[in-house]
Amino acid sequence: MTVLETKDLGINFGGLQALDDVYLKIEEKEIIGLIGPNGAGKTTVFNLLTGVYTPTKGAIRFEGKSIIGKKPYQINRLGIARTFQNIRLFKNMTVLDNIKAAMSQNMKYSALTAILRLPAYWREERDASDSALELLKLFDMEDTADQLAANLPYGRQRKLEILRALASGPKLLLLDEPAAGMNPTETRELMETIHRIRELFGVSILLIEHDMSLVMGVCERIYVLDYGTLIASGTPEEIRGNEQVIKAYLGG
Amino acid sequence: MDFFSQILNGLGLGSIYALVALGYSMVYGIVQLINFAHGDIIMVGGYMVYFTMVSLKMPVWVAIPVALLVCALAGVLIEKLAYHRLLTKGAPRISLLITAIGVSLFLQNSFMMLFQSDPKSMPVMFMNGMIGSPGGLQVNSATLLNIAVSVVMMICLQLLVNKTKIGKAMQATSEDAGAAKLMGINTNFIIAVTFAVGSALAAVGALLYCNTYPQISPTMGNLFGLKAFVAAVLGGIGSIPGAMLGGYLLGMAEVLTKAYVSSTLTDAVVFGILIVVLLVKPAGILGKIRKEKV
Amino acid sequence: MDKRKKNKLLVYIVNFLLTALVFAALVFLIDSGTLDRMQSNLLSLVCINVILAVSLNLVTGVLGQLVLGHAGFMLVGAYAAALFTKNSGLPLDIAFPIGLILAGIVSALFSVVIGIPALRLKGDYLAIITLGFGEIIRVVANNLGFTGGAMGLSGISTIATRQNPAGMFIYAFVIVVLVVFVMFTFGRSRHGRAVIAIREDEIAAEASGVNTTYYKLLAFVIAAFIAGVAGGLYAHHVGVVDPSKFDFNKSVEILIMVVLGGMGSITGSIISATVLTLLPELLRGWLGDFANYRMLIYSIILIIVMLFRPTGLLGRYEVTVSSVFGKVKGFITRRRSSKKEV
Repeated sequence: MTVLETKDLGINFGGLQALDDVYLKIEEKEIIGLIGPNGAGKTTVFNLLTGVYTPTKGAIRFEGKSIIGKKPYQINRLGIARTFQNIRLFKNMTVLDNIKAAMSQNMKYSALTAILRLPAYWREERDASDSALELLKLFDMEDTADQLAANLPYGRQRKLEILRALASGPKLLLLDEPAAGMNPTETRELMETIHRIRELFGVSILLIEHDMSLVMGVCERIYVLDYGTLIASGTPEEIRGNEQVIKAYLGG
Repeated sequence: MDFFSQILNGLGLGSIYALVALGYSMVYGIVQLINFAHGDIIMVGGYMVYFTMVSLKMPVWVAIPVALLVCALAGVLIEKLAYHRLLTKGAPRISLLITAIGVSLFLQNSFMMLFQSDPKSMPVMFMNGMIGSPGGLQVNSATLLNIAVSVVMMICLQLLVNKTKIGKAMQATSEDAGAAKLMGINTNFIIAVTFAVGSALAAVGALLYCNTYPQISPTMGNLFGLKAFVAAVLGGIGSIPGAMLGGYLLGMAEVLTKAYVSSTLTDAVVFGILIVVLLVKPAGILGKIRKEKV
Repeated sequence: MDKRKKNKLLVYIVNFLLTALVFAALVFLIDSGTLDRMQSNLLSLVCINVILAVSLNLVTGVLGQLVLGHAGFMLVGAYAAALFTKNSGLPLDIAFPIGLILAGIVSALFSVVIGIPALRLKGDYLAIITLGFGEIIRVVANNLGFTGGAMGLSGISTIATRQNPAGMFIYAFVIVVLVVFVMFTFGRSRHGRAVIAIREDEIAAEASGVNTTYYKLLAFVIAAFIAGVAGGLYAHHVGVVDPSKFDFNKSVEILIMVVLGGMGSITGSIISATVLTLLPELLRGWLGDFANYRMLIYSIILIIVMLFRPTGLLGRYEVTVSSVFGKVKGFITRRRSSKKEV
């Protein structure tokens, strides 16, 4: 089943065509790479998919329905979650609360229930804590549950951001340069994490990455952007041998 | 003809707003801070004039440089002592804004201690009197002086910003402080110069204010400063011609409301303009908007 | 898990008993005449300022949006409650509580009208637009007939009377307790987490499914409701209200309480509102006319705190029964262990 499909997607920033004619197609449980030189428009694609920007042309269909014009929080609730290039955690909240903040949509109790501390509050909070701890445990982070997110080492901050995105229960996970700033060992670990996420949660993953070992290692298909347009797409092997891609990267 | 006189009066008042608005605008352009204390610089300027002319019994040509220098110095000191640490540490904007409010309170209350809180009458400075003209036009000479001085000041400022090395460095710092620093620009110095120039312009505004409305008090900068800030927002914060335009428009709006609607509602009209501008075109008439990068 | 629940229950009981004890003691002191009229009035004023500070803390400390027009909501509440008790014809004992609720509701309605457009703006611009709205409310109250214009309203029935000297204090204290309780329970719920998440990173919050517009407005409206109630209390505390009492300086004064106490800390707001209300009175005796340079000193403290501890004195730390218990326990065990070592 197709999870996400864009057609002829484009956006114009005050006369500058930042993105044009982008066709993406992501199937269930696929891991897809989105690569390209700096400034090619990769993050802009994410911003369009998550509703941060509204496209000036084209279509975005998520599970067959258009999501254009929806707000970021609505899109998240529909099932697209993301991470950010420059980590954006809730720094002065605990690791557990970071996860629980993203789980709010699955909780039902009202503000009044919370204020009156009715049974529904206790029950839902306990369930949320339990499943948040379970999620942390799956990725060996349970020991940090009560720490402030700001106090985590860099690598674990990146991981927490991914877990927070998972906590909202997405069907499609967008990762913006998850390996940025990581050493080769950490990158290898991240590759395992990405595979595990797919196996455990059955999500599709679209990731932006500059680290070619990661992209070639985990992605089943790759899209290449340059100057706001798609210049190639295919399996890692196809991309590796693509003349146009090599030219784009070498600045030809 | 009365209407035309009112327009002129509005431009006269607007000239002072414009001079003060320039300071807000320049500082915001360079460090993205609403310098709440800027309005109180007018008050400092006013009291400097009062101090030299009344307490020391000096002539007005001594009072002018005293006011200009003290205000410029005060601007630089405020930046160095209160804002600099927060600016270099990249503190949250909310902390900076609260600090600015603190500085404003500090200036008002310290001048209350120094000069008592009752308003003071100012001596005659330059010229302030009605000039009748052939068309039956009633114009105050102070109004004409205000307009002339503000226009000259804006031209000087435009020349400073566009034609001098320091001005170009200011533009670069405003565009991207980090990059400017890498290009060898001493951004700390440029920030200090910006505060000095902005405060000196406010001092010019203070001189004109004292000449036009010969009464000062420690809290005079409060509302006046806020309105000048509204002028800066209206014109487009960060833009020099915008600040001038905003000042003139606001002055006219205020005078016309006073003349034809209600004298007690003018402040509501001024803040109403602010709200409409912020909601409809937050970048102001001549400003450009900055968006947070995701 | 069971032990944790037991502990929580214990904390609730201890909190309740402590509060009840303080309340009973103060009411007794006022009723018995140990505290004179001025002193008991001061206690009521402390409560009113605590309510104001705690409510602003929700928006500025917890939500992280600087609001410079909080006094405007207090004004709306003060007038709404005063006009109601003056004109309803009901006996004061009934009219006053209704008036307070009305004050909150009217103020909340104002905040919806102001908040929907204003909250689209961020940071400095939001601060300025709330300042603008605050000033407009004041100027309009200055010009309307039914608000008494610049003279304001006078002859508002005061609640503390010769026969019932603790009347006002009882109302004010009970409302403080309610407001603080609501703040804690709201803050520690999914809704509170959403509000805090917006402070921490609005873009990430929205990307995590938080309806930021809704929660910003919700926090703003709750704060305005409470400020309105505080205004209603204030009107019946002093008996006269006029627009000049609710100007920009008043908004800044409330802001100072929040900032010094620690942005985001409820107990910080309570402590600093209490200290800042009592201090001028306590220092009056031996510092001459402290009131004259009160604001000068506040401004210096404000700048210094911002420079060296930008999150305020308590930061986001809360002084709670369990945290104090923990500290004391830790202190004792540490002393014991150090003794053993010796």
